[in-house]
Amino acid sequence: MSQAHKKIGDIMLKVEDISLSFGGVRALSGVSFDVREHEILAIIGPNGAGKSSMLNVINGVYHPQEGAITYKGSTRKQMRPHQAAKQGIARTFQNIALFKGMSTLDNIMTGRLLKMRRNFLWQALYWGPAQKEEIENRMVCEKIIDFLEIQAIRKTPVGRLPYGLQKRVELGRALAMEPDLLLLDEPMAGMNVEEKEDMCRFVLDVNDEFGTTIALIEHDMGVVMDISDRVMVLDYGRKIADGSPDEVRADQEVIDAYLGVSH
Amino acid sequence: MAFDWLFFLEVLIAGLLSGAMYSLVALGFVLIFKASGVFNFAQGAMVLLAALTFVRLVEMGAPLWLAGVSTLMVMVVLAMLVERLVLRQLVNQAPIILFMASIGLNFFIEGTAQGVWDSDVHALDLGVPDLPIDVFGMLISQFDIFAAAMVAALVVVLAVFFQKTRIGRALRAVADDHQAALSVGIPLQTIWVVVWSVAGVVALVAGLVWGSKLGVQFSISLVALKALPVLILGGFTSVPGAIIGGLIIGAGEKLAEVFIGPFVGGAIESWFPYMLAMVFLLFRPQGLFGEKIIERV
Amino acid sequence: MFYREAGQFKASYAADQSIFPIAQDRFGVLVILAVAFVFVPLVANEYWLRSILTPFLIFSLAALGLNILTGYAGQLSLGTAGFMAVGAFAAYNLQIRIPEIPFILDFVLAGLIAAAVGILFGLPSLRIKGFYLAVATLAAQFFLEWLFTRVGWFTNYSSSGVITAPPMVMFGFEFSGAQSRYLLTLSIVAVLALAAKNMVRSEIGRAWMAVRDMDVAAEVIGIRLLHTKLLAFAVSSFYCGIAGALWAYVYLGTVEPQAFDIFRSFEILFMIIIGGLGSILGSFLGAAFIVLLPIVLNNVSSIFAGGTLSAHTLSHLELVIFGSLIIFFLIVEPAGLARLWQIAKEKFRLWPFPY
Repeated sequence: MSQAHKKIGDIMLKVEDISLSFGGVRALSGVSFDVREHEILAIIGPNGAGKSSMLNVINGVYHPQEGAITYKGSTRKQMRPHQAAKQGIARTFQNIALFKGMSTLDNIMTGRLLKMRRNFLWQALYWGPAQKEEIENRMVCEKIIDFLEIQAIRKTPVGRLPYGLQKRVELGRALAMEPDLLLLDEPMAGMNVEEKEDMCRFVLDVNDEFGTTIALIEHDMGVVMDISDRVMVLDYGRKIADGSPDEVRADQEVIDAYLGVSH
Repeated sequence: MAFDWLFFLEVLIAGLLSGAMYSLVALGFVLIFKASGVFNFAQGAMVLLAALTFVRLVEMGAPLWLAGVSTLMVMVVLAMLVERLVLRQLVNQAPIILFMASIGLNFFIEGTAQGVWDSDVHALDLGVPDLPIDVFGMLISQFDIFAAAMVAALVVVLAVFFQKTRIGRALRAVADDHQAALSVGIPLQTIWVVVWSVAGVVALVAGLVWGSKLGVQFSISLVALKALPVLILGGFTSVPGAIIGGLIIGAGEKLAEVFIGPFVGGAIESWFPYMLAMVFLLFRPQGLFGEKIIERV
Repeated sequence: MFYREAGQFKASYAADQSIFPIAQDRFGVLVILAVAFVFVPLVANEYWLRSILTPFLIFSLAALGLNILTGYAGQLSLGTAGFMAVGAFAAYNLQIRIPEIPFILDFVLAGLIAAAVGILFGLPSLRIKGFYLAVATLAAQFFLEWLFTRVGWFTNYSSSGVITAPPMVMFGFEFSGAQSRYLLTLSIVAVLALAAKNMVRSEIGRAWMAVRDMDVAAEVIGIRLLHTKLLAFAVSSFYCGIAGALWAYVYLGTVEPQAFDIFRSFEILFMIIIGGLGSILGSFLGAAFIVLLPIVLNNVSSIFAGGTLSAHTLSHLELVIFGSLIIFFLIVEPAGLARLWQIAKEKFRLWPFPY
């Protein structure tokens, strides 16, 4: 188990009593949990349990009606996407959200956007500091490209890539932001066993080497139990369990939720 | 000076009645947008084609009914050509490509219509004079009332067509989801022909109404531009939206022209509807009758 | 056979990121520039310089501007001509009211004023998308056209509503001949085209494309949507404004607001669609196509019909052919001429072996 050689730190993100509804539909009701530094937290639950909504709340795509989010010591009622990005929260999406008209490299380079300082007038000149900045950031991206083993598709438009590679590029874009907290929404959905193994390796490596905190949503229980330090279970927008993989596996309510015992 | 409420009402009603004619053009837009996803810029050119064909046939001595039926046939043939030569070739293209294609179509129809007939101004007389009649002390154009009645009748016929007939149901299915409609065996291409034909009928009615008011000439194809803010107000997919949007724009621009225009130099009819639509959009981006959009990621 | 990149290795990221990474392309561009700056002014006659090449360059500039907004940032605009009008009238008013400013600076200031107006009309873009936004830009088009027609101050109370551009003088030299005007336009367009290319291959260009391709994801990466969109509106309007000023000063000399009507906006939209959305080269190809098409049609019809067609019939025929060509192009290659060029280049690289 990875806990053995990894130090889990203090609470990094604390989510309290979050309730979110669209019109009359309640997506989340009173969910509270926390994410600790350097850990891998898995969020699981049946379809429609509110997992993706939870991630959307954390990085500010959705704005909850109630509750509070404490991230790195400051408490807010809701996040804004731009603010979340600036403070080191990166994200991948369930249905790949790459920029289809751009190449792999350009997609990953967009992740460097917040690290680039020169304004558009410098960029129009493309000379001196602007060019230097461009090249420095290119070097960072090339490292990520090496890490993810996607050198060969650097200049390919992402629209032409197969699904598994697109997911990898999306992870690359998130990594380019050098995030402190990485939110992964079903990073392994629709992959074959080999692709899943690759992706697991990347997730664990990111966590190990950079110490990045990761919260991920996943349906493959084998993967979840293997790679996560802690598991939180959502069902019908409520939290029903939170604990180590073994605890959660033994939890009666979780078993009921998955096997569909009448409520 | 006391505010002249009677005059205000008179302007309002005149505006509403001319708005009914905007609705007519917008209606054609909505039908096509719903069924084939094309933001059809050529609707204005279709109005011109229909009106020009009709008026030239009448001038050649054809009775009104014969001219009407022949023009209808022209519009159906156009619908078939559009389906075969344009829509079928551009399946699955981005909306902006379809929009551009419809601008190309617009030029094609304008050029053809004027090339085959001519580009002079033709008077069109449907037998209803554009004379004011006195209603409770207000002067209201008889022709405008007639036009509004035509619009109302057309809307009722269309509503019955779409609600009660098999092809109408199929059309609503297509409007909801092309792929799903295809998968249950609805012939998409037939539907397109039908819808473009219906839009052709709507264009004919619009062309007759506009043509007898303004004379049949090139400029009536520009009415299409006025239909855009109507669509914005009503939402691109809502038939009632097109009607009510048309009324609001018609009334709004007349009132603005008469009561605000003199203070700022006049002729603000040219941009007022667009500004109105834009300001409206800022508060309700989905239009009057559109559904609220929840973005999912 | 000669267009081959084999053997050209890039040893630094700087080399890999240059505008034309392939040596033959670099050479080709230099040749084109040399021809445009030296050969053409020597050889071309007055008619070609004044009536074809100069408007072609100005149109290219406007198309570049629109392409930045629509092709790169994904914000559909039907108000291009309106922003060109702002540039033209701003340059005119600056020069007659503050004659001390050199005219080149006038053009820049006019571009900046157009940019400010662009920002104003771009504000709704945060809440409105797609075709709805297109209608909002129509509001700009009609409002600006009305403003310059109706408010006398802008035309300096000229009774006909027409403005006449004062002569352009710099360091005692007056740009009056077709040659000097062509060269002036060419220089401005070349500089701005290079700047545009640089912007779209830098961070701001990637931000624009990100907003175009998927705005939610762009926001999550930390792109400020309003800021990015407004910058696209500003830069685009700046280009269009300068194009408008050139149109008034260099090409027509006298201009009325109706020169910048809705059909001009459509014309420029066609250029970028036919040339290629999101392509700098495409802006030029599209402009060339639209400028040359009527001339070619005219010549062809006079060869075949021998002048038997009336002017009316000819203009209708032109509409029909124009419309058909647009549809034809969209069906054959929706990505435009620039894409065709790219395919041709790829073919060349592999020739004579197709794989």
